[in-house]
Amino acid sequence: MPAPLIEMRGISKSFGAVMANEAVDLSVAPGEILGLLGENGAGKTTLMNVLFGAYAPDAGEILVQGRPATINSSADALAAGIGMVHQHFHLAPRLSVLENLLIGIPGKSGRIDRAGGRARLNEIGRQHGLTLDPDLPVSALSIGEQQRLEIVKALFRGARLLILDEPTAVLAPTEVDGLFSALRSMAAQGLGIIFISHKLNEVRALTHRCVVLRHGRVTGRVDAPASTTSSEMARLMCGHEIVPPARGPSTPGEAVLTLDGISTSRHSGMALRDVSLSVRAGEILGIAGVAGNGQRALAEVISGIRAPDAGRLTIAGKMVSRFSPREVQALGLGRIPEDRMTTGLVTNLPLADSMVLPRIGTDAFSRNGLLRPDAIRAFAEAQIKAYDIRCPGPMTRAGALSGGNLQKALLARELAFDPKVLIVSQPTRGLDIGAARFIHEKFLDMRARGCGIIVLGEDLEELLMLCDRIAVIYEGRIVGTLDSADATIARLGLMMTGAEGHS
Amino acid sequence: MFRLEARTSTPGWFNLALPLLAIGATLVLCSGLIALAGAGVIEAYGVMFSASLGDSYAITETLVRATPMIFTGLAVAVAFRAKFWNIGAEGQLLAGAVASCAVGAIPMPGPLAMLLMALAGAAAGAAVALVPATLRVKFRVDDVVSSLLLNSVIFYGLMALIEGPWKDSFSGYPISPPIEDSANFPVLLEGTRLHLGVVAAFLAAPVIWFLIARTTLGFRIRVVGENPEAARYGGIHVERVLISTALLSGALAGLAGVGEVGGVHFQVMSDISPGYGYSGIVVAMLARLNPLGVVPAALFLAAVMTGAEAMSRATGVPAFLSDVIQGTALLAMLVALLFTAYRVRRVGAAR
Repeated sequence: MPAPLIEMRGISKSFGAVMANEAVDLSVAPGEILGLLGENGAGKTTLMNVLFGAYAPDAGEILVQGRPATINSSADALAAGIGMVHQHFHLAPRLSVLENLLIGIPGKSGRIDRAGGRARLNEIGRQHGLTLDPDLPVSALSIGEQQRLEIVKALFRGARLLILDEPTAVLAPTEVDGLFSALRSMAAQGLGIIFISHKLNEVRALTHRCVVLRHGRVTGRVDAPASTTSSEMARLMCGHEIVPPARGPSTPGEAVLTLDGISTSRHSGMALRDVSLSVRAGEILGIAGVAGNGQRALAEVISGIRAPDAGRLTIAGKMVSRFSPREVQALGLGRIPEDRMTTGLVTNLPLADSMVLPRIGTDAFSRNGLLRPDAIRAFAEAQIKAYDIRCPGPMTRAGALSGGNLQKALLARELAFDPKVLIVSQPTRGLDIGAARFIHEKFLDMRARGCGIIVLGEDLEELLMLCDRIAVIYEGRIVGTLDSADATIARLGLMMTGAEGHS
Repeated sequence: MFRLEARTSTPGWFNLALPLLAIGATLVLCSGLIALAGAGVIEAYGVMFSASLGDSYAITETLVRATPMIFTGLAVAVAFRAKFWNIGAEGQLLAGAVASCAVGAIPMPGPLAMLLMALAGAAAGAAVALVPATLRVKFRVDDVVSSLLLNSVIFYGLMALIEGPWKDSFSGYPISPPIEDSANFPVLLEGTRLHLGVVAAFLAAPVIWFLIARTTLGFRIRVVGENPEAARYGGIHVERVLISTALLSGALAGLAGVGEVGGVHFQVMSDISPGYGYSGIVVAMLARLNPLGVVPAALFLAAVMTGAEAMSRATGVPAFLSDVIQGTALLAMLVALLFTAYRVRRVGAAR
């Protein structure tokens, strides 16, 4: 076995009383793809931030190609050949692909070497299938392309070890395949890769070796991920078995939400074209589709954020007329947004504020324009307890909570008011197995209690497990709806590319 | 080597420690300028202190100075909470002064006159603030630029008024006719300028605090400021909240002008405000946008202003030092705010 590209020995890092990493050993050899697994809060990101120079470890050392190295900044990390692709990209949207690539690169005698950059960009693109148009502004790129640019940026700066923090969380299934083949090609040329993910099937398909973290410590090492079962890995991550919830039979009632011929203009993203759908009480309807095919417009119309140009929306038997979030909420719609941080919560304010936000004007939380702080606090405390939201208390800044706990908080705030119909986008994106399991159970509970649920998502396994029926959206149209008994991943995948469904 | 590391939480005592730290740093930084001007640093600060807080008359003068800055500080704090960047408190103050002066010049019973002056001044300030707010809500015009530039418009409008129709025909000075004697705010302490408006300012701070912290409008202002998208999805009418905030902010700044007309100058002239609207930004930042913090912050700046004049007379250090201290205090506070989000760590020492 060749000498490791990078070796971390006995790394410990604490924040106050919390040990984020404790005596972690980890190494990556040239040509190796290492999976780094662990639940949210297990210390994966902290460990990688230590490696990338964002945090100084309290103890332990880092060896780069066998020699001790001090990495105090991302510049040190880059000089040591370590590149990182963060979950949130660090790109300048108004600049072109090429310009983003050349930021911070010293040119020849004070001038930016555009021609050289262009040539390198094309070369890297050809080598690994990471092609990008150098002159497009970054704002015109899809999420997948932006990620590609981040990878190219790291390679351009001479990275020999690439860290990817949950790279697939933002990608459509087809884009995931492209990413994997690029990563394999890079490994074949002797680069080392650290791949962080929650998705066990991806880790099994891609990585050569895995390190599992729990509570900041290494709790398992898997030498042959491909031949290790997902449940075995899940056990290492969570410390106990994870059984997927079983969806029992249900007897759907009346339609609680109906879209009848809804069309929208092309305002932001794909427009909807003549979409008709209905969800019945006690039923979970999945909307499968590659991101950017009209899911956003659909969620916006149902949430009352934008009015359609044509068509009718009926919630619990009443037609929506004004399309305001308050109106649809009053009719009984609950909403779990795709993007918790931007459209769901207020990260800089106390968690309690986010939990009462949509209903602040109701008698539950205010009277005659005056807040009822005790009622707000009591509500938040009750939900924190009921949903086991891990936080110091209701006055904690919402942004300090982990993704799984934020998702629980959002779920709690909607379910507390017994919605007749719930619209959910990407319900478990970025969540670990334990948290995802909890969310799934809650949905099935709500279904049993007669709530109609719409789940917009790309994770077909999740949709197949949860949904009674799955509709496929493509270019703003519903191309078909399948009973989940008849649906397979292959069939749905085909429909998601625009092939007509037969149902 | 040192570097910054993100904090996960901010301790509560920072709210008090940071402004004190900023003020301390400001006084240290400005001592260099005093020394350059050829005066003793200790002596100069000593004169500043005794002239602003040294005896009961000095204290009342500082309170009178602080009054308009409490109002403009509250105006800015409210606006900045909603991230409505109102840099126009100066113009709103002037508009409030003009409106209250016009009302105060009409003969009527004193208490009624004072009430109507306050209403007119608040309304005028609100109307001025409505301009940048409307431009932002309807046309996405940058509110920093529009509210700032509007200050000049209002100032020259005021100049046109006192050089034109309001010009004192007897003396020929560009000053407005005085308001009716009956409309002069009552003085609370014989032999001082401590007027009713001072009390109003000290009462306004807890009222605004209550509004921000305990009412649904305050809740909406906070949420809109921190995350307008979440607010919109949560059923809050973001544009309406921004307009309400602007009206409230402008009204408070307008009241600063009312106090100056009714309690201090009894008429309008070109230098009725030595930049109280801009000082309001410093006050609000030092207060970390907390309405209760606005009072001590305004008192600090008022003490610096009254003290700087006495220091100038006693030591020959130019009174402009007051402006330098204000500016330095703002910069120092902005730097200090960094420590709410980051901590400084020593690195590399282990090796």
